[in-house]
Amino acid sequence: MHNFDFAKPSTIADAANALAGEGAQALSGGQTLIPTMKQRLAAPGVLVSLTGIAEMQGVCTGDGGLHIGAATSHAVVAKDAHPHYRALAELAGGIGDPAVRSRGTIGGSIANNDPAACYPSAVLASGATVVTNKRRIGSDDYFQGLFTTALEEGEFITSVVFPIPQKAAYVKFNQPASRFALTGVFVAKFANGVRVAVTGAGNDGVFRWKEAEAALSANFSASAISGLTVDPAGMNTDLHGSAAYRANLVKVLTGRAVTAAG
Amino acid sequence: MTKVSMTVNGKAVSGEVEGRTLLSSFLREGLGMTGTHVGCDTSQCGACVVHVDGKPVKSCTVFASDVAGATVKTIEGMANADGSLSVLQQSFQDHHGLQCGFCTPGMVMSAAALLAENPRPTEHEVRHYLEGNICRCTGYHNIVKSVMAASGQDVSALAAE
Repeated sequence: MHNFDFAKPSTIADAANALAGEGAQALSGGQTLIPTMKQRLAAPGVLVSLTGIAEMQGVCTGDGGLHIGAATSHAVVAKDAHPHYRALAELAGGIGDPAVRSRGTIGGSIANNDPAACYPSAVLASGATVVTNKRRIGSDDYFQGLFTTALEEGEFITSVVFPIPQKAAYVKFNQPASRFALTGVFVAKFANGVRVAVTGAGNDGVFRWKEAEAALSANFSASAISGLTVDPAGMNTDLHGSAAYRANLVKVLTGRAVTAAG
Repeated sequence: MTKVSMTVNGKAVSGEVEGRTLLSSFLREGLGMTGTHVGCDTSQCGACVVHVDGKPVKSCTVFASDVAGATVKTIEGMANADGSLSVLQQSFQDHHGLQCGFCTPGMVMSAAALLAENPRPTEHEVRHYLEGNICRCTGYHNIVKSVMAASGQDVSALAAE
């Protein structure tokens, strides 16, 4: 790995200043970025750790639902979000393995927007708001394709605000070696309708399955989507599963998620 | 180079590190504590697991500078104060929970983290918790048995040694 200067600010303002510099890169839990740097696929001149900022840590309820600091680890979300938003907590508790969950953070996951990561599906299905050091971004505007988000240069996530649905569940079909989602579906039922977000399947990253949302908004049961099909065009194909296989998984897992949500 | 300080196995330590120095490198090369193993160096295998502020982490995927000031526990800190093996370590010996032994430091540290939060795990919970620790001898049955026994449970019905 190429060497870099390391900074660990303790306030959002200091982090923003540090990240405004040439060649600066934000570091959260590092569970993706550090392996990427080892492969020399990233070589920042300055790495700015965001894990020392107290106001970016922790889970609490407040205006708009559940507020989660961007530097909160998966392990803490799994534990502390459970009484408020169980489906989200269970998603966090299923990421990677225990050691990865000790370090990896929600902000890091969403900023990276890996097409097979779990968290983007929860953010999109919940209609969550991504709060940055500069503005608030709705989930429908935030995710913009593979590893691509609305974040601009020098902008970083400080928290995520999740409206809490009436019912919700996330079902992931594990890619057993990486424990990422071969396909994962998050279903969230709100008073004004159902949102369904799919990760791991689409070749442009996380997406909403709007036909299923319409069917489930009318009738929240697995049978409501039995007549729907998912077009394999636009699905990923790799050695673990073809596009047709993933398209079928989207439907199967959506049904399972609806059943699990109850 | 910058100086970092932390507490490792109850002792205050410090050393000069580069930004890119991993916690695993700081422990092994900086402090000469080679009990923490580096298997894959890609955060897959778990041989490098140590505890940082009580939580298991893969020390090959954490920068030493990022855990400055933290309390770290490694396999060298797992024995009893008199030098005898801890219950968990003794259980690995009694139940032949290791073959080549390379993965053992990480297995012990992960298992210790599990037992700290769940003192009487089921066999399924042990297997699930250890999914980030790979044993290439494939000696999983006896590793699981060792952890179960260390938690005070009867392991006579588990898979044969």
